Amino acid sequence: MTSLNIYPEFKHTDPATQTRKDFVTDQDVRWCPGCGDYSILAQVQRVMPTLGIPRENYVFVSGIGCSSRFPYYMETYGIHSIHGRAPAVATGIKAMRPDLSVWVITGDGDALSIGGNHFMHVLRRNVDLKLLLFNNQIYGLTKGQYSPTSPVGTKAKSTPMGSIDYPIDPVSLALGANATFVARSLDVHAGHLQRVLKRAADHKGTAFVEIYQNCNIFNDGAFDALTDKETKSDTVIEIEHGKPMRFGKNLEKGIALGEGMRPKIVDVASYGEDKLLVHDEQSEVCGLLVSRLQAPHFPTPIGVFHAVSRPSYDQLLVEQLDRAKTQKRTRVQDLLNDGQWTVK
Amino acid sequence: MHKAVETVSTVAIRFAGDSGDGMQVTGSQFTDTTGLAGNDLATFPDFPAEIRAPAGSLAGVSGFQIKFSSEAVFTPGDAPDVLVAMNPAALKVNLKDLKPGGLLILNSEAFNAKNFERAGYTKSPLEDGSLKGFKLFQADITGMTLKAVEELKLNNRAAVRCKNFFALGLVYWLYNREMHYTVTWIAEKFKDPTTREANLRALKAGYHFGETAELFDRNYEIKPAKIEPGNYRNIAGNEALSLGFLAAAELSGLSLFLGSYPITPASDILHELARYKNLGVRTFQAEDEIAAICSAIGAAYSGALALTTTSGPGLALKGEGMGLALMLELPLVIVDVQRAGPSTGMPTKTEQADLMQAMYGRNGEAPLPVIAAKSPGDCFYTAIEACRMAITHMIPVILLSDGFVANSAEPWRVPDMSKLPPIKVRFHTEQKDFAPYARDEHLARPWALPGTPGLEHRIGGIEKQHLTGNISYDAANHEFMCKLRAERVQKIADSLPPTEINGDASGELLVIGWGDSYGAIRAGVENVRAGGAKVGHVHLRWINPFPNDLGDIMKRYKRVLVPELNLGQLVKLIRARYLVDARSFPKIQGQPFKEQEIIAAIKQQLESN
Ligand code: SF4
Repeated sequence: MTSLNIYPEFKHTDPATQTRKDFVTDQDVRWCPGCGDYSILAQVQRVMPTLGIPRENYVFVSGIGCSSRFPYYMETYGIHSIHGRAPAVATGIKAMRPDLSVWVITGDGDALSIGGNHFMHVLRRNVDLKLLLFNNQIYGLTKGQYSPTSPVGTKAKSTPMGSIDYPIDPVSLALGANATFVARSLDVHAGHLQRVLKRAADHKGTAFVEIYQNCNIFNDGAFDALTDKETKSDTVIEIEHGKPMRFGKNLEKGIALGEGMRPKIVDVASYGEDKLLVHDEQSEVCGLLVSRLQAPHFPTPIGVFHAVSRPSYDQLLVEQLDRAKTQKRTRVQDLLNDGQWTVK
Repeated sequence: MHKAVETVSTVAIRFAGDSGDGMQVTGSQFTDTTGLAGNDLATFPDFPAEIRAPAGSLAGVSGFQIKFSSEAVFTPGDAPDVLVAMNPAALKVNLKDLKPGGLLILNSEAFNAKNFERAGYTKSPLEDGSLKGFKLFQADITGMTLKAVEELKLNNRAAVRCKNFFALGLVYWLYNREMHYTVTWIAEKFKDPTTREANLRALKAGYHFGETAELFDRNYEIKPAKIEPGNYRNIAGNEALSLGFLAAAELSGLSLFLGSYPITPASDILHELARYKNLGVRTFQAEDEIAAICSAIGAAYSGALALTTTSGPGLALKGEGMGLALMLELPLVIVDVQRAGPSTGMPTKTEQADLMQAMYGRNGEAPLPVIAAKSPGDCFYTAIEACRMAITHMIPVILLSDGFVANSAEPWRVPDMSKLPPIKVRFHTEQKDFAPYARDEHLARPWALPGTPGLEHRIGGIEKQHLTGNISYDAANHEFMCKLRAERVQKIADSLPPTEINGDASGELLVIGWGDSYGAIRAGVENVRAGGAKVGHVHLRWINPFPNDLGDIMKRYKRVLVPELNLGQLVKLIRARYLVDARSFPKIQGQPFKEQEIIAAIKQQLESN
């Protein structure tokens, strides 16, 4: 639009020289001791230096809630915005600056209650950003009210007789909103979480990761069944693209489809491995179906539900801007002169 | 037959019809042609909220008024001299405004029993005597249009739709206008050759009807106004705002970003800017008003000249976002094209009742600069000024326009971009001693873009420590920061030019206005001054902060009068700030001020001395 180039250009930090420490700020971390957020922060800080992106090109954007303090602890650029609106702020950043790696940190209240609208729209637009939802099934910062992911009957400060509204499943919701990358992991599964984060980072488009996170103050033990050494092999199923869906201590159980596409748990040995449901992360239907495997009837799936490639919003925007450049009339004066006449 | 030509100096015409009758097109074509003819002019489009209200109903009446003259024109005129009514509903809604003895042109075909009933007439107005005292001309506009396009074999509906061009042609003849501008426009506008030809024929048929029919014994001529030599064009407010933002982007070198959600009467700015991707403009139609401002905040953080545009209800939704932008201290322009409220109010009608919302509509001590545009052409300069202050002071600025300014048009001297001062942008890149909330001479903080090595920092809505920007709950720091944020707004006043006074620089009465009432106040003040009264007029562009000299200026007059299209909002701010006994002249009818109303209010003040 102008001959003036006022945007500075830089010699960027060599990403190869970056270590985890480069991503740690001098701020005291203020989550409650024992909070699941600590582990997530540690895994994110471990993954950052492996992505080949200079530190100054990361932006962390959050809304409001315990999880939303996250940006203060990342030695990157960051905005701690307002409740539920981080996806909108991040969309503006990415639309303006596709060169940046933008990460949205949100929680179950932030993303699904007050920010439900933005959550849906950022996913359908496929803005190239990473969206990490820390799901602790409770409001922590406001001191313990039930959230949109709390199970029915949750007794919390605002629901002394138990909650009477049904929860929403973020993974199914994301798939319904046409997300191109949808995954789930757990705060304490360090290795799994890192792998999922890495895949999310590599995805071009909105990468949504739900992370089950223990709030040891207001909802302690919400995910115990999924993390407990004794039970987890029966309650969690790790899904992987192209692999039959198996779980149990010795992977002796499997998921198969019965009549009416109803999933069922089968004994692998007697049913036959070749008849098990094979996870296909490129199939929307498979992703949705797997996302409906929910406790208490089924093990909870973790891993990548869905990953497909589709042009991202910012990419399409840049393409339009490039295409428009070929048009004439690129000076404002040309537009001002439209329809003018001269008075002598 | 040779007809007489009578020269007159000023005429106001109102075109009125069903919202599907194309009256806005007729009006704007007449406007452009009249501008080209060298007259000064002002327009007032007044349309219903319904896209298509039931045909022939009072709710569906759409009007367009234009005043044009060989003299200076400040308003679209109080009472039209000519009313073109395409149906009985249009007559019923508008007749009360027509000047006694005014010209009344009716589309006689539409004056039938069915339409009388739709318009709520129990008796034909043609027979009940209500049209006595006007010069009545009945012309079968529909019938003659059908005839003119007969050969083209259009279906009836499409043929009838050409009738607005017949009416336009007739009025072109009546006021001695050239048709070529509209001929060219039709040729470009209508892609389908048959429709194009039909509209052209209707236009010409209307013109020739005026010329040859015995209905009119004369037509009128309005000599060109004495206008300073230069290049001119017609411009409407929303268009001028859009161009102003494009200009600010060019003058600053910044890329323009608009995050917006459709809302009447602001959507045109989104439509207009969306057309200019070739100038690097990014427009984002957000999922709601909140996402619109939040995306703009993200873009501003990333180095854009960021805007969000809305109307009153949307401004309410943006409240929290504005508070965030204020805390983040990012440049951002928030445009509120005001409409009649509260709540949904009257979306297509004008009002100035969002001033208090703009001033105070946020939680906490959250002052923001507020600037208002006074006329369509002024929107251009107001947009640039808002951007300049936002960038220089690293602050969100609220720009108030309104439905009247947004949609009305006036001839406008085309600005020369090379004569407009550039807007200086300083991105911070220096790592040494970098502090996100350090202050420059304007109390602005550094604009450090993500991607700048070594300047990684976090900002947010939580109260922050002076200079470092770290989270702070310190009591004294909070009070300091609240005062600092107020002072940041005040700082703008230091760079404002001396306030311009129209009329007398001292005297009996000072009229203070803002926004769209400029034309009516200006004309009203000139009128009473011609009668010998000593009256001055100050039209505020900045309402927050007030200009530094406003207090002294008020002292030079015995009284102060503040006309506003609300129940008295600016007047409260003035009284509170200056402890002067400023009087309010409120109007809240969804309509702009009339010149006569201002004159009466001024006279009342002068007489009550
Ligand atoms: S309240 Fe819960 S979620 Fe919040 S910091 Fe404490 S433990 Fe974590």
